[in-house]
Amino acid sequence: MTQAAQIQEEANQLAHGNKPGNWKEYFSFSTDHKVIGIQYLVTTFFFYLIGGVLATLVRTELATPESDFVSREVYNSLFTVHATVMIFLWIVPGATGGFGNYLIPLMIGARDMAFPRLNALAFWIIPPTGLMLMSSFLVGAPGAGWTNYPPLSLVSPKAGEMIWILSILLLGTSSILAAVNFIVTIFKMRVPGMGLNQMPLFCWSMLATSFLALIATPVLAGAMILLSFDVLIGTAFFNPTGGGDPIIYQHLFWFYSHPAVYIMILPIFGMISEIVSVHSRKPIFGYKAIAYSSIAICGLGLIVWAHHMFTSGTPPWLRMFFMITTMVISVPTGIKIFSWLATLWGGKLDMSSALLFAMGFICLFVIGGISGVMTASVPFDIHVHDTYFVVAHLHYVLFGGSVFGLYGGFYHWFPKITGRMMSEAWGKAHFWLTFIGFNLAFMPMHKLGMEGMNRRVAEYDPKFATLNLICTIGAYLLAVSTIPFIVNATWSWLRGKPAGDNPWRALTLEWMTTSPPPVENFEADPVLATGPYDYGMGSRATEVDVPFSEADDPTLSAGPSSTLRAKPDPVVAANPSDRGDESYNRE
Amino acid sequence: MNIPSQITTLLAGILLTLISFWYGQNHNLLPVEASKNAASVDSLFNAMLTIGTGIFLLVAGILIYSAIKFRRDPDDTSDGPPVHGNIPLEILWTAIPAIIVLGISVYSFDVYMDENGMNPMDHMAHGKAQHQVAAQPGNAVAQLTGSPAFAATLVSQADPNQQQAESILKDPATNAVREDIPQRKDAPTLGTVSPRVGSSPEKTEKPAEVVISATGMQYAWLFTYPGTEVVAGELHVPLGRDVLINISANDVLHAFWVPEFRLKQDAVPGRQTEIRFTPTREGQYPLICAELCGAYHGAMKTIVVVEPQEAYDSWLQSQEVASAEVLDRAIAANPATMTDEEYLAPYAQDIGITAAALEQLHSHEGHS
Repeated sequence: MTQAAQIQEEANQLAHGNKPGNWKEYFSFSTDHKVIGIQYLVTTFFFYLIGGVLATLVRTELATPESDFVSREVYNSLFTVHATVMIFLWIVPGATGGFGNYLIPLMIGARDMAFPRLNALAFWIIPPTGLMLMSSFLVGAPGAGWTNYPPLSLVSPKAGEMIWILSILLLGTSSILAAVNFIVTIFKMRVPGMGLNQMPLFCWSMLATSFLALIATPVLAGAMILLSFDVLIGTAFFNPTGGGDPIIYQHLFWFYSHPAVYIMILPIFGMISEIVSVHSRKPIFGYKAIAYSSIAICGLGLIVWAHHMFTSGTPPWLRMFFMITTMVISVPTGIKIFSWLATLWGGKLDMSSALLFAMGFICLFVIGGISGVMTASVPFDIHVHDTYFVVAHLHYVLFGGSVFGLYGGFYHWFPKITGRMMSEAWGKAHFWLTFIGFNLAFMPMHKLGMEGMNRRVAEYDPKFATLNLICTIGAYLLAVSTIPFIVNATWSWLRGKPAGDNPWRALTLEWMTTSPPPVENFEADPVLATGPYDYGMGSRATEVDVPFSEADDPTLSAGPSSTLRAKPDPVVAANPSDRGDESYNRE
Repeated sequence: MNIPSQITTLLAGILLTLISFWYGQNHNLLPVEASKNAASVDSLFNAMLTIGTGIFLLVAGILIYSAIKFRRDPDDTSDGPPVHGNIPLEILWTAIPAIIVLGISVYSFDVYMDENGMNPMDHMAHGKAQHQVAAQPGNAVAQLTGSPAFAATLVSQADPNQQQAESILKDPATNAVREDIPQRKDAPTLGTVSPRVGSSPEKTEKPAEVVISATGMQYAWLFTYPGTEVVAGELHVPLGRDVLINISANDVLHAFWVPEFRLKQDAVPGRQTEIRFTPTREGQYPLICAELCGAYHGAMKTIVVVEPQEAYDSWLQSQEVASAEVLDRAIAANPATMTDEEYLAPYAQDIGITAAALEQLHSHEGHS
């Protein structure tokens, strides 16, 4: 029986490159998008480990109610730099710069990104900036929280403040450069025959992400420049004693930093769509709904920012407006969740580590989404704002969401990137350690926040001691859980089982070349013999056996013989020119 | 592969609903309710938790069921069924969440209205009569288009933040503890910078029964009771009375939070904010600063004492004598020439700061 993957592979035999790139290139200055992608991934993972060390120190301080591990000033710097590193040096550059750079040109059949040198520049901003931010610990690290609200940031030690502001400006610049590059690449460099609706869903989500980064990041840069004037030369843009308004800073800051949440999660949504479809051997359920919901999230994500400011002196009508927009954004997010579940339903799940992390992502992200709707509700948010409830919520979204998705991405694309398989046993150990450690560390925080523990405190009421100890144990387990991953990745990269070109029998174009792909990716232009998710295409005899399907009902089956169909089914059309659009095979 | 029979699905659905309803009522996640509005916030949370539990169980159930039921045989390399979508199903799971969040929005709005968060000029009720002319933004707009001169006076009157600051600072005790910070100007319409939450609709037109000013500073709250000369480090409020707290800050952002009241409001230098509530349960509750305000942010907490009117009155009287002295000292000394520690030292006893904590504060100043 011919399968979709075989059809796609046979059509692309000519596209295979035969000389893998020289491995030394991966450690040098290069304009190859794959080299840059790997550089991003390795660099950001290194910063993830640093951010993890900072988090472990924070949790060590919080293991007991007293402030007894580090000084209060250092404690404030620990959580400030932890958040800054995790957001600006790990999730944003890891997901967009790392996976985006590596995968986008391969997925759309391009030879490289549109602006290779801009791409290299965007990457090379990151390592020195990260090191500069770390060096702030030598001169008094920033300690006013990652939000860095004035007036506190104006009365903090100036050196640390300026290092923080400069870091954010540089990392924001890097993010803008990358965003421009992705937008041009996706619009202009797709292989002939690939319309927007034939793109893999990761490309859609990177498109939405890049638009968000492009629109929102300059506003943050503006805020940072004004803040640096206040810090350095005593202007009063945000300083109330000079007539400035600290609330304006919050508006400017969150105008970027809420979209930043979507910049961190949208690429992950795209990766989950790829992983779920490939590893359950089923077409993605509702391609257009998932693709367009990314765009909807991009649009709505720009008008929800003041929900971070419900208690900051926000007028009532503004509170109501932002409550409703925030509630609405859960609808496109819900569409994605249900579509992934429907994709899994009735599939042939291989339960590999990549799929485990993707399913873990869905499970944990739903919790973060539910607590997100709760915090969107103004009366409840007035109670839990700036408490551990919010800390729990944001970690369910950014760790349970983004980081689980990134791990899933590592397991899924590692064979393509290195040409070798990762060990499944180590992968599963990694998953379960991470999953258990994560829930131990962050689930109790919901209760802590509602009971009255405020965030960003070095000491707390002794009645919260037990739950905090559980959180700390969970955090240690999380720290330990990275060990199997590092061992697995290192060992597999050197000694792993050779992967072959397409170990998952996937259909997207990155699998239609050698692993690792050669310089310029393809020998000849790749061909789209199938769509990105046409699993099951070769075996049409398979009975459609999933809920809500009615094989006998023409309106619900819409199979090749459906009376509703005026044109040939693009999936099974004999003539390739009749193919090319999304399948109408909606049962 | 079998679709679960309709009866099994139905039973699972009933079980899921029952568990959700049970957990929504028995979660034990919130502290006691000690203010009039706390109950409505809690019912809102219970409703959201019920729906959330249901959705989570549904998603987790499908994930676990799929992981067990749809696991492929190791040597089965064929693809699954080519199902690309189902429009009615997709419409269904777009519409249901949309209806749910719409319902939660309406419910939240309702609770918020009960707290009277939407009435933009509520706090004027305890102010002077002429403020009530400016109390209708619509009125001000209508006038703006008519007579510019009259409109200009209206606009200047319609600056509740400025007016509120002035009327609060008429109280000598409050004036003594507050820094002189330029007040934000309100826009003629919409942009009120001195929001409030917590009062109930039936009190909209009535002045609050008890008005107290709270001033946040690194790292303490100072409470002044207009009409008396009391300056205290802990908040006392009479049980069952309608209390209004005027909040502002002297240095950086702080936030006034009493978890048992379910109310929180940031204290912003240059802005006057308000919380209005009716304490309904006698006792002592933590009053916590919930906005990062510096190294000792975690130590910036005090208590709010809810006590019967008589106990409140006698406490106020006992404080009046003691605070008069403190106030004299505070007024005699020029705060501008003093460090924070010197300035705060007289209050240290009231706030409950120990000598050791002050010592730490000094050492902190030393190396910053």
